Amino acid sequence: MPRNETITELGLDEYKYGFVTEDKPVFKAVPGLSSDIVRQISHHKEEPDWMLEFRLKALEVYYSKPMPKWGGDLSKLEDTLDEIYFYLKPQDQMERSWDDVPQEIKDTFEKLGIPEAERKALAGVGAQYESEMVYHSLKEQWEEQGVIFESIEDGLARHPDLFRQYFSTVVPTHDNKFAALNSAVWSGGSFVYIPKGVKVEIPLQAYFRVNAERMGQFERTLIICEEGAEAHYIEGCTAPVYSTDSFHSGVIEIVVKKGARFRYTTIQNWSNNMYNLVTQRALVHEEAKMEWLDGNLGSKLTMKYPSCYLVGERAHGEILSIAYAGDGQHQDTGGKVIHAAPNTTSQITSKSISKGLGRSSYRGLCKVYDGAEGAKSNVECDALLLDETSRTDTYPYIEIDENTASIGHEATVSKVGDEQLFYLMSRGLDEAEAMAMIVRGFIEPVAKELPLEYAIELNRLIELEMEGSVG
Amino acid sequence: MSEPLLSIRGLRAKVDGEDGEILRGVDLDVQRGEVHALMGPNGSGKSTLAKVIAGHPAYEVTAGEILFEGEDVLELEPDERSRAGIFLAFQYPAEIPGVSIANFLRTAVNSRLGEGEEMDVFGFQRTLTEKMEMLRMDPGFAARYVNDGFSGGEKKRNEILQMAVLRPALGVLDETDSGLDIDALKVVASGVNRLSEADEALGVLLITHYKRILNYIRPDRVHVMMAGRIAESGGASLADKLEAEGYDWLHRAVAAV
Ligand SMILES: Nc1ncnc2c1ncn2[C@@H]1O[C@H](COP(=O)(O)OP(=O)(O)OP(=O)(O)O)[C@@H](O)[C@H]1O
Ligand SMILES: [Mg+2]
Repeated sequence: MPRNETITELGLDEYKYGFVTEDKPVFKAVPGLSSDIVRQISHHKEEPDWMLEFRLKALEVYYSKPMPKWGGDLSKLEDTLDEIYFYLKPQDQMERSWDDVPQEIKDTFEKLGIPEAERKALAGVGAQYESEMVYHSLKEQWEEQGVIFESIEDGLARHPDLFRQYFSTVVPTHDNKFAALNSAVWSGGSFVYIPKGVKVEIPLQAYFRVNAERMGQFERTLIICEEGAEAHYIEGCTAPVYSTDSFHSGVIEIVVKKGARFRYTTIQNWSNNMYNLVTQRALVHEEAKMEWLDGNLGSKLTMKYPSCYLVGERAHGEILSIAYAGDGQHQDTGGKVIHAAPNTTSQITSKSISKGLGRSSYRGLCKVYDGAEGAKSNVECDALLLDETSRTDTYPYIEIDENTASIGHEATVSKVGDEQLFYLMSRGLDEAEAMAMIVRGFIEPVAKELPLEYAIELNRLIELEMEGSVG
Repeated sequence: MSEPLLSIRGLRAKVDGEDGEILRGVDLDVQRGEVHALMGPNGSGKSTLAKVIAGHPAYEVTAGEILFEGEDVLELEPDERSRAGIFLAFQYPAEIPGVSIANFLRTAVNSRLGEGEEMDVFGFQRTLTEKMEMLRMDPGFAARYVNDGFSGGEKKRNEILQMAVLRPALGVLDETDSGLDIDALKVVASGVNRLSEADEALGVLLITHYKRILNYIRPDRVHVMMAGRIAESGGASLADKLEAEGYDWLHRAVAAV
């Protein structure tokens, strides 16, 4: 069968994302969490005092907040948290060019099959390996334009005032338990600054990978898109398969100023034992436009709701998400839009696919504050079940305090139909191919928004996940 | 080479998991290059026969055999039957949102090639464009999602487009004429005739309620299905008789047996 042939040719077999590169960290903290660990992290990063204080305060907030009772099953998470490493630093220094990147790490990228989507655009890539940025290069023209795209650590060290002005302003420490945890132990991530009026044509890409067993990944990304600026940031990651539960809890903060446009694209494919609890939020000012494009595959439990806080008049927020829940996986995803200014508009489009004992939930919030006259929001969520055992549910929360607002919500659940399968098979496609084609068609409205290489990669990942789902 | 293209013997079938038989002993031979029309009242089992030939999993064959080019196909999956050369133009084609006709057909064409082989993109595009022109379809149609939001007539035309691209040895056309306007009927019929001219061995089993299409596609044989059996077979004139007299006389004849 041609499709299988292609997959073999490319070496995209099931275990592809499950290999381990021998890991040689320069510094590895002891497992578990304590204020000592937090001090060590801050010390190692040679941070200013205010950041150490910030971290320690965040740790207190983390301890004081109970585990969320909603979303997915977090009952085993506390045990996991006792065992993971909260910090890991594979290298002392940031790499300046691709030639300086150690062979072992290049091998990792090689095995990940990065060519299509990432390596090609390496000129503009910051890739995160373990907790730190190990590779970093910036197109000269961007530097000339004043664009900053570096590791979050460098952002803090080199642009302390700018950093401090925005850091934790979009996602405050006390926002939720995991935002507090991230604030205490964050490590790695990107710092991006797009100056006023600058339009960055090539997407800024970060590819990273969690590579040490039981290692927590607490990436932190801060993005500031100044007035009238435009940019697209892409982050994708794959994690290897491990037997113990692992944990990922990132915080992404984005400020989109007046008239600016920003798009943040993530494709995540975590190993099946990963808890993935991420806070992604954008503050969208007057006439600005923010788009989240979010693909979630793998993990044991993902809880992720990209948010747009529409704080300026005519601000627009868009959230497009695709989730794939295979056996033993729970994807609790969706989006939040907060309309806090007049004539703000938003669109949430969510597509989920569940298979076997997989479960996908759409969880969304649409809030319109009093005074946000003429706000318009539309939510569309479609779930596709691949078999009888998979499950999906929808939790739309709508809070409207403004009577001129108009809100639309549409939800559909469909099962891959026997008639559809038979139709495709009667044209020569085998059952797996037919199933994959129906799924590809289902996610097409979102996939077509992705750069081509990413759309191809997303389709391939989903096909890999689906292998063995039939016959 | 004397074996028939399609040979059905004593075929009995029912809906999987249910009791009542729908096909109750069907016998039918189609030789290479022949056109057979299959007529009969609503609910007599014509579509069921078509779907059983194509291997629909909803039906269970309880007795009899279906030989295609001398090979028993009952154990074959629908995709294997398709690749072997059996094509079914559906009475009610399924909708596949998000999948373009071009993409779908390219995948179907590639599924017929050996492992690792792929039809070159331009060659495929040329074939597709040519067949669409033959069926007077707007070129933009190739980018539309398979049957998604198609009108009844567009769906039928799309079925014949697929047959033209996939070039089967046997085409089972289930009421492809229903829902077509007079011009569309002519276009589709002449499309089928062109396929027959291009491949003289092409066998066609044409399920229809109306003599109209048989004016354009001349049948070698006409069969009438009544209550799960072929109750009567004859030449093209049988269709005229049915058009004029309906099925009453046959009902009476069947009841008398
Ligand atoms: N999947 C099914 N489940 C239940 N009943 C079925 C199924 N398929 C066919 N039948 C029944 O079998 C009988 C024959 O149906 P079939 O569709 O083959 O008729 P037909 O001759 O094609 O009719 P028409 O001329 O109306 O298209 C009908 O009574 C129909 O309801
Ligand atoms: Mg029928």
